[in-house]
Amino acid sequence: MSPTLILIIAIVLIVLFVWSTYNALATGKVRIKEAFSGIDVQLKRRVDLVPNLISTVKGYAKHEKELLENVTKARSSLMNASSTHEKAVSDNMLSSALKSLIGISEAYPDLKASKNFLALQEELSDIEAKIAYARQFFNTNVSGYNSTLVNFPGSVIGNLFGFKQEEFFEAAGAERKNVEVKF
Amino acid sequence: MNIYSQISANKNKTWLIIFLFVIFITTIVFVYGKASGYGLSYAGIGLIISGMMAFASYYYSDSMILGMSGAKQIQKKDNPTLFRTVENLCIGAGVPMPKVYIINDSAINAFATGRDPKHSVICVTTGILGRLNKVELEGVIAHELSHVRNYDIRLMAVVVILVGLVALLADFFMRSLWYGGGRRRDDRGNAQGIFLLIGIVLAILSPIIATIIQLAVSRKREFLADASGALLTRYPEGLASALEKISQDKEPLEAANNATAHLYISNPFKLQSNSKHWFTNLFNTHPPIEERIKILRSM
Repeated sequence: MSPTLILIIAIVLIVLFVWSTYNALATGKVRIKEAFSGIDVQLKRRVDLVPNLISTVKGYAKHEKELLENVTKARSSLMNASSTHEKAVSDNMLSSALKSLIGISEAYPDLKASKNFLALQEELSDIEAKIAYARQFFNTNVSGYNSTLVNFPGSVIGNLFGFKQEEFFEAAGAERKNVEVKF
Repeated sequence: MNIYSQISANKNKTWLIIFLFVIFITTIVFVYGKASGYGLSYAGIGLIISGMMAFASYYYSDSMILGMSGAKQIQKKDNPTLFRTVENLCIGAGVPMPKVYIINDSAINAFATGRDPKHSVICVTTGILGRLNKVELEGVIAHELSHVRNYDIRLMAVVVILVGLVALLADFFMRSLWYGGGRRRDDRGNAQGIFLLIGIVLAILSPIIATIIQLAVSRKREFLADASGALLTRYPEGLASALEKISQDKEPLEAANNATAHLYISNPFKLQSNSKHWFTNLFNTHPPIEERIKILRSM
């Protein structure tokens, strides 16, 4: 075999390798975006549910102004959030605010027995389970993509084409602070 | 073995089984044709028929299987808990929502079928809904969804129809061999001779067919589905305790038969092995449930 032929084969192999790694990274990014829209759908469902829940609770427990305001605030901050991290943090705020709101039903037997409230509570817990699973799927995708990006051959190609590590959907730090359920 | 190599292995094995089936049926029909003096033209017909059967098995095996097991499709309002469990796990696994079916039987069992994640079905018995709690149900559904995601369902569905058909034929010819011998008629002597020949050929081939099923439906598949199911729920104990309940349940599932047995999460015949069902034992492809529980508990 002549040296030129070997050189050509080597170049072709390298090009193929770069190509496939680039594609893997690009696909990974698309998957992450898709997975994120999966979370977004559920977050939106919860945002839409909140006004209903608030008006139901107001009917039985007018005096819990602070709790209701917390929920409204968390809801609007979630609606305005744009980055992954912002969404994760405000989602977490809304979760704990809603938890306290559901918690007060213990003090209001009429509210607790209300059919409307029960149905809303059930839907809320369903949405929360779905958010948890969507988040798990998102984070699995992110970790797959990130590990391609930090390990050796992928890291070179990632740098070359400007791929950046993606953020996990988590409210690191803020999580522990906000879970203060008041009764 | 990881999920991606499992997916491509499953797709390849599906084509291999379809190929072997077409060859096998064509050969049988050719032998039959040769014996009755027609020869090659019969082989052509055999090729067309087996090709059509293979095509049908690829596209319609799921509805055939569901028909065989007497399953009924349900909507969200019929059983919101089950439906929500499936929905949640689908979101976690990133697969489209399958159709949900229920078999009206108090035995605890479940299976998944279809040809790919977009055309998939998850089927559970009413026994599962009545006797498993929420985390156990999640474990079982996650196991089935793993079969969907790994393309196990495509391979298993094709195996059920094609290999099951051959097994059924073998069974039929064997029976006519044992019971038909007594009332021999002179005018049908020639036909009986051919039946005898095919019967013997199929009898010899049956263990080979069984081996093919064993190869295709390897025990690794169940372990892999257990493991990826546990990864999905992040709670191996759910599936472990569900399997425990299944193993303690002594009730066989009436809707299952030889061909569909290996689809289920655990052996639907409940090991009632006697000499009559040697064929069943031949096709027993489930790893021991105790071993599966032990592995899940050690995760």
